[in-house]
Amino acid sequence: METNLCVAGFGGQGVMTLGKFLATATCDSTDKNVTFFPSYGAEQRGGTANCFVVISDEAVGAPLGDVMDDLIVMNGPSLNRFIKTLKPGGTLFINSSIVSEETGRTDIKVVKAPVTEMALEMGNSKVLNIIMLGVYIGFTGVVSPEVVWDTIEHKLGKKPKLLPLNKEAFEKGLEMGRSQR
Amino acid sequence: MSRVFMKGCEAIAEAAVRAGCRFFAGYPITPQNEIPEYFARRMPEVSGTFVQGESEVASISMVYGAASAGTRAMTSSSSPGIALKSEGISYCAAARIPMVYSNISRGGPGVGSIQPAQMDYLQATKASGNGGFEMMVFAPASVQEAVDMTYKAFDYADRDRNPVLILADGVIGTMMEPVVLPEMKTEEEINEIKNAKKVWSCTGHKLDYKNRAWIEPGHWLTSDMQRANEEAEKLYESWKADVMVEEYETEDAEVVITAYGISARIAKSAVNILRKEGIKAGLIRPITLHPFPYDSFDKLDYKKVKAVLDVEMSIPAQFVQDVEIAIKDRCPIHTCLCSGGNIMSRESIIEAVRKIYS
Repeated sequence: METNLCVAGFGGQGVMTLGKFLATATCDSTDKNVTFFPSYGAEQRGGTANCFVVISDEAVGAPLGDVMDDLIVMNGPSLNRFIKTLKPGGTLFINSSIVSEETGRTDIKVVKAPVTEMALEMGNSKVLNIIMLGVYIGFTGVVSPEVVWDTIEHKLGKKPKLLPLNKEAFEKGLEMGRSQR
Repeated sequence: MSRVFMKGCEAIAEAAVRAGCRFFAGYPITPQNEIPEYFARRMPEVSGTFVQGESEVASISMVYGAASAGTRAMTSSSSPGIALKSEGISYCAAARIPMVYSNISRGGPGVGSIQPAQMDYLQATKASGNGGFEMMVFAPASVQEAVDMTYKAFDYADRDRNPVLILADGVIGTMMEPVVLPEMKTEEEINEIKNAKKVWSCTGHKLDYKNRAWIEPGHWLTSDMQRANEEAEKLYESWKADVMVEEYETEDAEVVITAYGISARIAKSAVNILRKEGIKAGLIRPITLHPFPYDSFDKLDYKKVKAVLDVEMSIPAQFVQDVEIAIKDRCPIHTCLCSGGNIMSRESIIEAVRKIYS
């Protein structure tokens, strides 16, 4: 069993952090093989950002596969660029606040979450990635939510003030993901 | 042993620290910036020295100096930066100074592209600088291997009094993977290693002018120079005993893929898929690029092997030159290539094998 995930969006949307948290949680809590591979460009901010996470019972071959089982898109350009890599029957997680384009596909599952709006409602636009991580975990159950939260807590350890906000963001995401199962 | 989730570059740096490396000098370049960045944070914790040099040439020269004093020392760069360091690398090889360096390679030639590539094969294995010196070259295919090789590289360097190269690429350097880290060498062990080098290193010999150490990257007398070259040649020949290779599903293989580093890892997963389809594919993965595992190709059953497929992220192909030497015209060689920062796709390998098979 191998899951290939691509996370894509604008630089600054926390795309890399989302992937890294998921991969780290998998490493910490399971015996599975897991890789995180960031696609890197020359940009420091702005532009597009994407990363690949592979979770597998076997040794991971390519840390970025040709075909994705799951795809998380945080903006329109990412949808256009990566939608063709999603396998039939795969799941698309979409930031429905700003992605209005149609996928043009009927052979995939679509999980919509208006994470930009949800983050703004919570008073901090930066937590949209944590909400989306919650949605992904809530829907797929690929790793237990407790472990993912432990990872987030550990990574944010130096900034404890941010914890309550992130906890709320993660919980809201989980709920939204679970409700669309 | 507990595993930690680490980025290739950071894991390489941590492995070096654990091996007793206490001097690092480097100059920033993508995609290996996390190596100097990690050392900058880590070295003060172990009373080591980190220097961001004013250039690549300055950095390798500092490593040359530190290693000449018996300290385990390292530098790192990526393709164009490694080219700049070739002067110092050649000096270390000439003076028989043990040091370790890593090339987290990217597209080329010239400034190339910042994305992963395998375009420094010939530079790494045949001519990393002037004068025909040679080095052991390791090619990790995972973060774990990068860690294990870096740790061992310091032992090989000290054993041979010669530079050792870890040739990785932008994927291995920037990807994160679970790793089990090796033991941290104790201060006593590190001192012991350093003391063992006192017979040749410049650690201060008080006023004993007669027996003081000299670091000589060349010789005025032609007879001395030739003797040094002959001694080096003996060393290089001794490496045949150090060959490391992975032979995967090769016994009954009809198509043998050969690749190193990240390409080999992707090729291995292609072999697994092809085997499930009933296609008898196999893989020869050199782990040491120099010495090259020529013998692995002699073991193949050429009555069965239809062709060997060379897979590498370099156009034109470079690694294939050693494969040609190994195959000695016993079967056709095909290539599956990409370059410029494009990463080898498993699908294209599978497609290339199917084509040979049919």
